[in-house]
Amino acid sequence: MLTRGFFGRKRPQPHRPLPPGQYLENGFPVLSAGPTPRVDLDKWTFAIENQGARLAAWTWQEFLALPQTAITTDIHCVTKWSKLDTEWKGVTIDTLLQAAGMESRDGYVMAFCDGGYTTNLPLKDLIDGKAMVAHQYDGAPLRPEHGGPARLLVPHLYFWKSAKWVRGIRLMHADAPGFWEAYGYHMYGDPWKEQRYSYD
Amino acid sequence: MHERANRPGPWQTALVSNVIDETYRAKTLTLELPAWRPFIAGQHFDVRLTAPDGFQAQRSYSIASPPERTGAIDITVELIPEGEVSPFFHEIVRPGDRLEVRGPIGGPFTWNSNMGGPLLLLAAGSGIVPIMSILRHRAIAARRVRATLLYSSRSMHDVIYRAELDDMDASDPNAAIWHTLTRSPPDGWKGYSRRIDETMLEEVTRDLDDRGWTYVCGPASFVELTANILVDAGRRPESIRTERFGPTGR
Ligand SMILES: Cc1cc2nc3c(=O)[nH]c(=O)nc-3n(C[C@H](O)[C@H](O)[C@H](O)COP(=O)(O)OP(=O)(O)OC[C@H]3O[C@@H](n4cnc5c(N)ncnc54)[C@H](O)[C@@H]3O)c2cc1C
Repeated sequence: MLTRGFFGRKRPQPHRPLPPGQYLENGFPVLSAGPTPRVDLDKWTFAIENQGARLAAWTWQEFLALPQTAITTDIHCVTKWSKLDTEWKGVTIDTLLQAAGMESRDGYVMAFCDGGYTTNLPLKDLIDGKAMVAHQYDGAPLRPEHGGPARLLVPHLYFWKSAKWVRGIRLMHADAPGFWEAYGYHMYGDPWKEQRYSYD
Repeated sequence: MHERANRPGPWQTALVSNVIDETYRAKTLTLELPAWRPFIAGQHFDVRLTAPDGFQAQRSYSIASPPERTGAIDITVELIPEGEVSPFFHEIVRPGDRLEVRGPIGGPFTWNSNMGGPLLLLAAGSGIVPIMSILRHRAIAARRVRATLLYSSRSMHDVIYRAELDDMDASDPNAAIWHTLTRSPPDGWKGYSRRIDETMLEEVTRDLDDRGWTYVCGPASFVELTANILVDAGRRPESIRTERFGPTGR
């Protein structure tokens, strides 16, 4: 439907197309349901769990000692902003799964976080270089309001799937909604298909 | 733990039935919805504008009206002069126009009277909008629930819903409205004239039981700072709900 009198502003054109309904943002907005959690790095661990058992866990120092990967990627938030060419550093999920001796590539995971957040993802969306646990943004330690000390980074899905303050992933046989998904946000969240809400 | 918020319906075409100036840079639009559905105070709608060349812009706007009002919602849009969408609401939209909207949307930033209180509400700028829906809902459905609002604005001219808030403060013994004016307080102003800080929060909450709910809404930097002060002051993080409008710039 045409909107009477709306022409859009002459704005810098993104140098590559954005997903539908997104606009280019140069700042870095924040979407959080509550206060930024206080994280004690001495007690921080990242864990991989299956059926209540810990397959592997890393302390902050151990996590930083794992092979590190840098990526430059675009991010797309369900609140409509996109940011191009953002620079991240962290540990790929492939590296973590390999270190944990995990072979399985099927099923789902629930990422869990400080502050009680969770988000659900198919395992196949985390592997083959598609996702990492990032602790640096733009060459500096990730700021707490953006998910520091470490957040999941799954840039091909809407950014709420890149769970802030992440502390681990739990393997699941069947998909189940995480925090925002239980409020009606999409179970998968592909920005190119504009899967914002549950029945998109 | 959380109220289950209602889920968004599909896109629908709303009729703009009224437009009023709240301040020199905030307008309230009444949107009549052919497929109105129940919502919870604090939720928002998405608006989608389409230009003749096919370009589309989507933005979120909180519902200002209470959930008791059926068939239509109010939204209040603050002008961001360099923005793409908010100037359209200020310069172009008039009653009789039609807009594509979708909602209600939004999760934990919601309050329903059966959640009880007391309520500590902290708003800056257009962050007052969803909080006004909460206050209006409370005024209709739960006047026994105590509510304290601390509202940060640049000046008295920037205070949205001022008359209604004054009236609530004067007539409702369980509602307390505080203002702080961060840029140009009027002559003789006896209220606060600085950004929200720990002392101010302590003063306005002095006789408010801290076992209730806290809602913080406004620019990202305001929300971050205020939520941190609250946690430092000993409020339970689980009782604090936040909604951030606009970027942090970093
Ligand atoms: C859940 C949610 C609810 C919202 N509810 C309301 C509401 O009730 N009323 C309301 O007026 N707005 C609300 N907003 C903000 C609204 O969605 C738009 O972001 C806002 O109207 C600006 O859009 P624009 O197209 O005019 O500016 P854009 O073209 O998107 O931005 C122009 C410039 O202004 C900056 N900017 C964007 N928003 C802000 C801001 N709020 N403060 C300062 N700078 C900003 C941008 O970073 C950019 O540099 C809400 C946002 C969210 C996420």
